[in-house]
Amino acid sequence: MPTTEELRQRIEAGLPGASAQVQDLTGGGDHFRAEVVSDHFAGLSRIDQHKLVYDVFGDDVGGPIHALSIKTSTPEGDR
Amino acid sequence: MNNQEIRGYIENAISENHVMLFMKGTPEEPRCGFSARTSAALNALGAQYAALDILPDPRIKQELVAVSGWPTSPQLFIDGKLVGGCDIVMEMYESGELAEALGVEQPDEEEMPTAPAAEAPESAPLGIENRLA
Repeated sequence: MPTTEELRQRIEAGLPGASAQVQDLTGGGDHFRAEVVSDHFAGLSRIDQHKLVYDVFGDDVGGPIHALSIKTSTPEGDR
Repeated sequence: MNNQEIRGYIENAISENHVMLFMKGTPEEPRCGFSARTSAALNALGAQYAALDILPDPRIKQELVAVSGWPTSPQLFIDGKLVGGCDIVMEMYESGELAEALGVEQPDEEEMPTAPAAEAPESAPLGIENRLA
């Protein structure tokens, strides 16, 4: 069962320089929320920003990670 | 129906409906909190939309993910383009971008719930016959 720490590490490894905060929304180890701040998001639409985060997890999202709620931002604070 | 036919059905639904929502359950009876919030946001804006329940057959979700490249549900398409899932739709709802994208008026601030409750719409949204069941 994935943990918030594992998700945080995977996001930060997959998006070098990113900082992530991950919550387990239900305590059940399958519904998570990730707030991710990264330079990688600059200039991208929201959908492409979220896809970058989903791509870190590949098929795990929709599998062991039933739901991953995402909020993305860049270090400057804009979207 | 084979996978290819399901995919064709999904692609048609996306191209033929101005606003197309793929969700778990229906707007009247959502089966997932994220789907409930997304359809409630559309309902709160009085948007006309088509909705398709992805739950009756696991192949619907497989093919939808293959078509959109987006791994989770719900998925909202406007004018044939993937707008996003629950998080993006809620952000856009709160910022007024969703109303703009839908071509409807944003409700007044005081009438607008910040997180719309998943209530049944007053008028039934444009239904789509679920021939995948």
